[in-house]
Amino acid sequence: MTGFIPRDRRWHPPALTPDYKTSVKRSPSFAPLSFPTSLPEETGPMFRDDMLGPNDSDLIHNFAKAGESAVGPRIIVHGRVIDEFGRPVPNTLVEVWQANAGGRYRHKKESYLAPLDPNFGGCGRVVTDDHGYYEFRTIQPGPYPWPNTMNDWRPAHIHFSVFGHSFAQRLITQMYFEGDPLIWKCPIVDTIPTREGIESLVAALDMSRAIPMDSLAYKFDIVLRGRRQTHFENRPEGL
Amino acid sequence: MVQKLESYRESPSQTAGPYVHIGCTPNFSGITGVYPEDLGTTMITGDVSGQRITIKGTVYDGAGTALRDALIEVWQADANSKFAGKGGDTGFTGWGRSAGDMATGEFTFETVKPGRVAWPDGRLQAPHVTFWIVARGINLGLHTRMYFADEAPANAEDPILTRLEHSQRIPTLLAQSEADGTYRFDIHLQGAQETIFFDI
Ligand SMILES: [Fe+3]
Repeated sequence: MTGFIPRDRRWHPPALTPDYKTSVKRSPSFAPLSFPTSLPEETGPMFRDDMLGPNDSDLIHNFAKAGESAVGPRIIVHGRVIDEFGRPVPNTLVEVWQANAGGRYRHKKESYLAPLDPNFGGCGRVVTDDHGYYEFRTIQPGPYPWPNTMNDWRPAHIHFSVFGHSFAQRLITQMYFEGDPLIWKCPIVDTIPTREGIESLVAALDMSRAIPMDSLAYKFDIVLRGRRQTHFENRPEGL
Repeated sequence: MVQKLESYRESPSQTAGPYVHIGCTPNFSGITGVYPEDLGTTMITGDVSGQRITIKGTVYDGAGTALRDALIEVWQADANSKFAGKGGDTGFTGWGRSAGDMATGEFTFETVKPGRVAWPDGRLQAPHVTFWIVARGINLGLHTRMYFADEAPANAEDPILTRLEHSQRIPTLLAQSEADGTYRFDIHLQGAQETIFFDI
């Protein structure tokens, strides 16, 4: 029998988190229905790295005019996508998006007065290698204010969308930066019930991977749900 | 003391936020020239067997307001009950992604009607499309399934539909066919018509 380790809903944010006001009217009130996975959940779309353009994982240059580059502290973000058993998740698509160095998104609904960077789009993507590793280059995003209470600020962060190999593994999360004091003041971060859970989304400064006179580096590993595999599991009749 | 288990905890989910389209459908959000096209725009890429259909719908919040900042993904079998990468039609990706209409939030998928897929015990599931919804204010992506109201005999023996405790909520999972062959599947995050969401 295959199937996935059930999602621990006490580890993830609950649907209703009133301090993050938008969740109040967007959270289902019924408990979700649990059932064993079958093929529709155990399969999923696969993407190949030959689908990517050469600059897809270089946010410093993928929107910049020729010969120019985005403004801000240059960083490399690298890590592994693994599952709950520690097995690498190879050949999976990782999509990222972020604000510019001033904390401003390139978006029509953005209302922060920080300026746009004409050379920064804010999106990138990469496919993990055979060992589950990924790496991209960007600028460190700035923190930004957002409408919730009158004075809420997001810590610097990068949004991640990860597919895994099965639709059951589909995940969107955010990466935070080691040492950022705003992490502990953000109602969105605080939707995660435990300090341990929050810390698992904080990337470590990684001087071993910094490039002298070029880029600092941060390491961010992502864990997707693990697929159970055992020869000795019986399925009760009729399930 | 005992030996340490070699296990890790899943990365906690965080909301996709208001700018998910920058990362997942940048061309839609006005960021052009980075990717040639947004992923998931086209599900039918070549010859496919089966009935071509259009799925349309809107995601509503608990106040009845249409979400215009959601991202909706679908995953389904082809008409022969096979999934892409597992023997499915080579002209069919099985996976679609929609940012919804800029003004109304309505999502659209041009696809084929899926075949019936086996449940682990061998029984056949009714034809369905798996949905995944993320947006600002949604802390963990929501999974649900769209079944077809015009597949009543198959629905009546579907292993999930027949097991629901609140059977009066089954209509929230049924897409209704409209005159032009479009199937409409509205999703209600909350309220009297709250869609059944799945913990898979
Ligand atoms: Fe953000």
